[in-house]
Amino acid sequence: MRTFIIRRVIYGLAVVWLVSFIVFGLSRAAGDPRDLYIDEYTTTESWEAMGREMGLDKPLIVQYTLWFGNALTGDFGRSMYHRTSARAVIGERIRPTLELTLGGLFFAVITGFPLGVLSAVRRGSVWDYIGRTFALYGQALPAFWLGVMLILIFSVQLKWLPTSQRGDWTHFILPGITLGWGASAAFVRLVRSSMLEVLDSEFVVLARAKGVATRWIVWKHAFRNALIAPMTFAGVLLAAYLTGTVVTETVFAWPGLGRLAVQSVFNNDFPIMTGVVMIFAGFFVIANFIVDLLYSWADPRIRLE
Amino acid sequence: MKQLQSSWKFVRVYPVVPLILIGLLVFAAVFAELITTNNGEGGDLFYRNFPPSWYENGSTYYILGADPLGRDVFARVIFGARISLMVATIVLSLGGLIGTLIGLIAGYKGGQIDELLMRFVDLTFAIPFILVALVVVIVLGQSMSVIVLLLIIFSWGAFARQIRGESLALKGRDYVSIARISGASTPYILWKHIFPGVVNTLFVIGSLRVGSLILTESVLSYLGVGVPPPTPAWGAMVSDGRDYIATAWWVTFFPGLAIFLTVMAFNFLGDWLRDYLDPRLRQLRE
Repeated sequence: MRTFIIRRVIYGLAVVWLVSFIVFGLSRAAGDPRDLYIDEYTTTESWEAMGREMGLDKPLIVQYTLWFGNALTGDFGRSMYHRTSARAVIGERIRPTLELTLGGLFFAVITGFPLGVLSAVRRGSVWDYIGRTFALYGQALPAFWLGVMLILIFSVQLKWLPTSQRGDWTHFILPGITLGWGASAAFVRLVRSSMLEVLDSEFVVLARAKGVATRWIVWKHAFRNALIAPMTFAGVLLAAYLTGTVVTETVFAWPGLGRLAVQSVFNNDFPIMTGVVMIFAGFFVIANFIVDLLYSWADPRIRLE
Repeated sequence: MKQLQSSWKFVRVYPVVPLILIGLLVFAAVFAELITTNNGEGGDLFYRNFPPSWYENGSTYYILGADPLGRDVFARVIFGARISLMVATIVLSLGGLIGTLIGLIAGYKGGQIDELLMRFVDLTFAIPFILVALVVVIVLGQSMSVIVLLLIIFSWGAFARQIRGESLALKGRDYVSIARISGASTPYILWKHIFPGVVNTLFVIGSLRVGSLILTESVLSYLGVGVPPPTPAWGAMVSDGRDYIATAWWVTFFPGLAIFLTVMAFNFLGDWLRDYLDPRLRQLRE
């Protein structure tokens, strides 16, 4: 178990390092970082001074080390566009993104798991049909389009829900559905297939033979064991979620990290962009690590790996 | 009645509907110029957000209406098929080629080379792709070749990982050992004895990846970092109509529907091919 954890930590650090390397390499490939700060008052002296201040007179490897060291402490430089430190801008966007992510996850779990279980337990029924259809079509639906269509139906036509921005709980409904939709479809598919497998296994047959109530068998015996397969999928899901927050936040003008990342592309705002990418990479690695731990806890066979 | 039953059975057993959809799509992509006289790139501002033909004030010239720049939505959806398919074809052939080569070598050679290559594949899976793509696009600028390159980097890993497994299994077969003992060179063995055994897998992964590839491409163009305008890309078209959703729903609806149907058709076909060619790969999509 200890070597397993150590290996995963090293691996996670390798991912962060690789991302930082790509980001730094690209940001230097884009040209002299001072170009962003140039204005009509820039003189040769101030240009040189700025270079010394930013460490541009040092070799690239030293510059990278300095940059990476600062990045680890959350210092990504100053955003010219926002006229403040990148850290401040990024800091206030983290919470909205986390809230949105939880909203999406909430939707995916409350729809995906029950539908998956129902679909497996009542095999061949209407529920099974609905579940399978949803699982099949759900993943082919582009989230950005779904979001706009939801706005069209529920905000523009029916006027039930707000079109965009953050606010009270009604603002979470449409973005939550948009973000959670794909995950929900995936959950239905995974939970259904692993429930079917578990329901066929010997211990369930034995429990049935003993006369245990069906509800008890489904939730206590089968469901718990059927959770393992969706958990392996959680890592993939997280990657999809990152893309999802970028897209969903753009559709709903949600003031989070994903939208900030897209805006910074159009503003040529490197400090923000690199900061957001590093933070996302960090979240991603930590979340993957937690998933791995949960997974080996749920299925002890994994630890042998 | 019997005939009807047997044709229904045929539809259930073979992927008829997805194949028809894909057929239409390929037809639209290849013969776009013949289907519509307008290439969807030039707009007439007089017709901005013009409604589809079934509206009272619509016109048969703009069957599916016009977008905020007065461009024909129908023509753009048709030409968009060309872009999506072109990107998917190039990326899958190159990504498939690189992935297959690396997978074959890793599986056959084994040892440290294998370990190194597979850890590298793991890393490419762990990188937040869309975000890295955003950074790359700021640096290199928006162009078709940048998008294709990014998508190749994003897609070769799946091929490499699966083909490596197959190649590892085939390596232990008697006919491969005999070929090796009789002095066949490694490239010869890979090409003549291992590669034919992984072709099915290659097709299955390829067809399962098309859908997610088209979806990813459309996400990039929705975010404004995909194929540069005015070339019609479905994702960008959805984004063009976002601000006019209350007055001109057709601008976003049709390109999105095109993405949905295309991705679904390819996913269906991929599932079917997998079950038909190689049921062992069942876990691939789950």
